[in-house]
Amino acid sequence: MYDKGKVIVGLVVFLGFATFPFYNNIGKKSAVPEPNLKTPVIEQMVVKKCIEPKEIMRGEHMQILNQWRDTVVREGERKKMTIGGVEIDTSLQKGCLHCHSNKKKFCDACHNYLSVKPYCWDCHFDPKERDV
Amino acid sequence: MSMQRRDFLKLLGLSTLVGGTGGGAVFNVLKPGELEASTAKFKSTSGRTWAMVVDVRKFTPDQYGKCIKACHREHNVPDFGNPKDEIKWTWTDDFEHTFPGQGHEFMDEALESLPFLLMCNHCEKPACVRVCPTQATFKRASDGIVVMDPHRCIGCRFCMAACPFGARSFNWRDPRKGGFPMVGDKPVIPNPEYPTRTKGVVEKCTFCPERLVLGKEPACVEATEGSGALVFGNLEDPHSEVREVLGTHYTIQRKPELGTNPRVFYVIGG
Repeated sequence: MYDKGKVIVGLVVFLGFATFPFYNNIGKKSAVPEPNLKTPVIEQMVVKKCIEPKEIMRGEHMQILNQWRDTVVREGERKKMTIGGVEIDTSLQKGCLHCHSNKKKFCDACHNYLSVKPYCWDCHFDPKERDV
Repeated sequence: MSMQRRDFLKLLGLSTLVGGTGGGAVFNVLKPGELEASTAKFKSTSGRTWAMVVDVRKFTPDQYGKCIKACHREHNVPDFGNPKDEIKWTWTDDFEHTFPGQGHEFMDEALESLPFLLMCNHCEKPACVRVCPTQATFKRASDGIVVMDPHRCIGCRFCMAACPFGARSFNWRDPRKGGFPMVGDKPVIPNPEYPTRTKGVVEKCTFCPERLVLGKEPACVEATEGSGALVFGNLEDPHSEVREVLGTHYTIQRKPELGTNPRVFYVIGG
């Protein structure tokens, strides 16, 4: 093999660059997102709770939203629910975002961290940011 | 194993007839009588079938614009200011294009130039629903309105080709980019309570299910309130206003020969 030395040095330098992000971050904690729950509506709740426990909401809110979408759009049922003394609609805009009126600090906090880009907002509107 | 072309084709034909999904369709078409899809009557599950009567005699010239504006504002229908990108839920056209073949050369000239308010006909047998590959457009079992589920629409535009009334529009462009007046870099949305659509989906008049559920009439009907120009109601209730108007006036439908059986009726004169 010609230029053995140069090739091996080149390879080592390349591997060093390519794996730099990994060994540079070993053992370090990146900023874990903390969705902000302080909004005017949530602050005034009698019992502070969502429609399901936190763990279920965290993992399955997308499926719940899909179910809501089908019952509202396809079956035409727009039920109202009372959660912790607050009445909400089966709706992203008039349901979820009624309480979580801080999309940037609530929805986007995790979505950006995980690099998920839900296309809800291509059509639906987020209310004006209101947090306390 | 080798097989003659002729034998292969025979086998293919036989297997289509006997088994597979093709067989059923072949038998259905060859069966005497009419196809099931063309004869089945729609029966709502709630005892309500919504319908509308457009009473052309009662329309004042400014009311057409009012209806269209009320509808388009309510549903955030964009206006790109260019007929190629036009999105319309309600619109107007003249007699010849609204009721082709139903006029004649000695007809009342006033009628010929009169505009007619048009919208989705919410047909009893909607062609758009039959062709939709994802069931994004469907006839709601509870009240017979033909609704769009934009989440499912893949933008194939089969429904636009199928609809004989031109009631459907395709979003060639993102409605939020150029469809609404801008303030700075943000579009001014007429009704933030209602979503917009996105590039690549079809949209049309829906008879306002979001209003019906609250016990309100569609936005266009509300815009003509008091004049009786638009009458909306339950077709299955013999005492409803719609049935009363239909029972006491001569009304026509658009393109009845196509057999879609529109649920929007027109009172022309008399």
